[in-house]
Amino acid sequence: MVAKDHNAILLHAIDEAAVRAGLSIGLPLANARAICPELTVYDADPAADLKTLNDIADWCDRFTPLVALDAPDGLFLDITGCAHLFGGERALLQIVTHALSRRGFAVSAAIAGTSIAARTLTRHASGKIVADGEEAAAVGPLPVSALGADAAITTGLRRAGLKSVGDVAARAPHEISARFGAAFTSLLGHALGRGDAPISPRKPLPDYIVEKRFPEPIATDTVIALTLSSLAKMLVAAMDKQGKGARQLEASFFRTDGAVRAIMVETGRPVTRPEMIDRLFRERLDALNDPLDPGFGFDLIRLAAGRTEIVVQQQRDLDTSVHDNDEISALIDRIAARIGGKRVVVHLPLESHIPERTALALPAQHHLAAASAAAWPERVMGEPPLRPLRLFEQPEPIKVPFASVPDGPPHQFTWRRALHAVVRVEGPERIAMEWWKQDGAALTRDYFRVEDAEGQRFWIFRDGLYESELRDEEGKSVPAHWYVHGLFA
Amino acid sequence: MNGARMGTLASLRGSIARIEAPLEAAMPNRIALGHAGADAMLRGGLAPAALHEVFAAGHQSGAATGFIAGLAGRISVRKPLVWVRQDFSDRENGALSMRGLAELGLDPRLLVVVRAADVDSGLRTAADALACDALGAVVLEIWGQARQLDLVASRKLTLAAQASGVTALVLRIAAAPIPSTAETRWIVRAAHSPPGQAASAWGAPRVEAELVRNRHGPVGRWIMEWKCDECQFSEPSAHPQPVAAAPAHRPHQAQARAGHRLAS
Repeated sequence: MVAKDHNAILLHAIDEAAVRAGLSIGLPLANARAICPELTVYDADPAADLKTLNDIADWCDRFTPLVALDAPDGLFLDITGCAHLFGGERALLQIVTHALSRRGFAVSAAIAGTSIAARTLTRHASGKIVADGEEAAAVGPLPVSALGADAAITTGLRRAGLKSVGDVAARAPHEISARFGAAFTSLLGHALGRGDAPISPRKPLPDYIVEKRFPEPIATDTVIALTLSSLAKMLVAAMDKQGKGARQLEASFFRTDGAVRAIMVETGRPVTRPEMIDRLFRERLDALNDPLDPGFGFDLIRLAAGRTEIVVQQQRDLDTSVHDNDEISALIDRIAARIGGKRVVVHLPLESHIPERTALALPAQHHLAAASAAAWPERVMGEPPLRPLRLFEQPEPIKVPFASVPDGPPHQFTWRRALHAVVRVEGPERIAMEWWKQDGAALTRDYFRVEDAEGQRFWIFRDGLYESELRDEEGKSVPAHWYVHGLFA
Repeated sequence: MNGARMGTLASLRGSIARIEAPLEAAMPNRIALGHAGADAMLRGGLAPAALHEVFAAGHQSGAATGFIAGLAGRISVRKPLVWVRQDFSDRENGALSMRGLAELGLDPRLLVVVRAADVDSGLRTAADALACDALGAVVLEIWGQARQLDLVASRKLTLAAQASGVTALVLRIAAAPIPSTAETRWIVRAAHSPPGQAASAWGAPRVEAELVRNRHGPVGRWIMEWKCDECQFSEPSAHPQPVAAAPAHRPHQAQARAGHRLAS
């Protein structure tokens, strides 16, 4: 593997045969070719590397929810409280290294009390498990390069004659800080087990997790559905103890070959019934564009409640409106699970006189309560409708041959290749654009409500005022553009 | 004829009479539209828990939308309304405007709009929504001659509506009627404002609604006016003729219209 660095093509990664041939990472390609003419060279692809690392991290999610990336080639797993599930730390370490090396990765892993100590160990002593408080002894003999500090610092340490981590640790901390900076001192401290740098997990820790492992991978839809519903029951039982309901649920399917598929559903109000969770996932799975591919089977299915809320229990039997609201939000959740939350909307009024900005469409899952309490402008009693029932998102241009007076209504217009003779007109209603928002770019509109010979009613407008706005650069007046913006009932 | 056979015959007659009886009298739970002629023909009004189809004549989507919004408003008083529409219909006919709905006297707060990408997902969503008995009505708006909306699909919608008691309203734009299990089918076109007034007079919304199918009764054609304040349909009050005169410059249309017998 080669990569370009400052216009020089350097070796980026090498395999064992190359190591035996005497090559090393960072060597210019020309030198490497001179040492070993039959070298096979590929371009490095950091994006693909990162993706692979992410995929491995996905796979590692089966061991602990706290997995952090340490790019370009490391992963931190916080296995606090998890190791016993896999038969202890040593067994866990073996499972991980075995599984990964079977897939062709070169793995080196270690377990230690702090993340930095473990990382330092992996660089030189794979498979080591260090108990709490023994980090200093374990890390001490390792060379300083294992710390993973900047190349400049590592070189500086070596030049100062400090070959191993133990040598550096033996110096007074203030000397090290003065020479190499405080960041390095804290790194050293972490490596020696004094204090710990928090890792930043890829995903936020879900509030509740339930999972099921299968010694024999499962692949049929029936078993998957059954597993999901039994997991839903477990999850609800766990949440119920603390009076909580889930707003966001994620089901992860771990395939035997390492691929992981996560499917998420959101709900408008906290879910507390397993059959509801079951149904939401069924809708979602049915509607997937690329269906769940079990491959050779799933060996782990996990259900996690990502966001939970405290449920306020309401009297259900007597108050029918509570029941109705529940029913409706359940319906909205189901539809949203299938076609997407953004496709089920309610509308909130906006304070604007611009016709296309009078309503705001928001996902119904999250804004149902706000929408049902919204205050819409009252209609004027006794007046016919002043606003059209159907409004075009983009006003559609129409052809107007002439108007009797320059700023008057048209006598006829052509819309979508059909000629409409104007029989009745009401207007103009002048709507000025928000000049304080967009420096005069939009023109004032004169709206007319017109009825054609067939009785169809349109809302049309002329973009711009005669004489004042409709002028080109030289001050000559230009013809106005007309648009149809809506249709009345 | 012996007595036993007479008895059987009498009981059969009785059961037939029982089956037919509700059809003769005005249905108690019918929802009156407000237009006396149409209500009489529909025996009291629109049947709830059934499927009703509204076709826009040609591309006159505005009038048909107004009519179906009116029906939905009559049926689902103070109950939420789910309006499922196809993405393409929005682009072609404009999106449903909340201000416009409020101007018609309907409540935008009770409206949930589902933006279905295509006919299939729209149909499925509508069937789902119909199963939810907390709703007042479900409107399904489909553009074009969708072949998915066949007899099977309309049967599904009808069954779902019957099971839950929610009324299904289907709005079809740019489509020709095909056989379905609908209780009623309407063809709606725009109607003129009352003649004789000033050119600037702009009245209440008014549509020409033609009832082309009525499963349990005769059909007819009426001019209806939507009263925004009372939230109901009514007879066109301002002028006696049911239909305004056909435009003079379109003789072929005038002839075609003369051929119909108009019920008022």
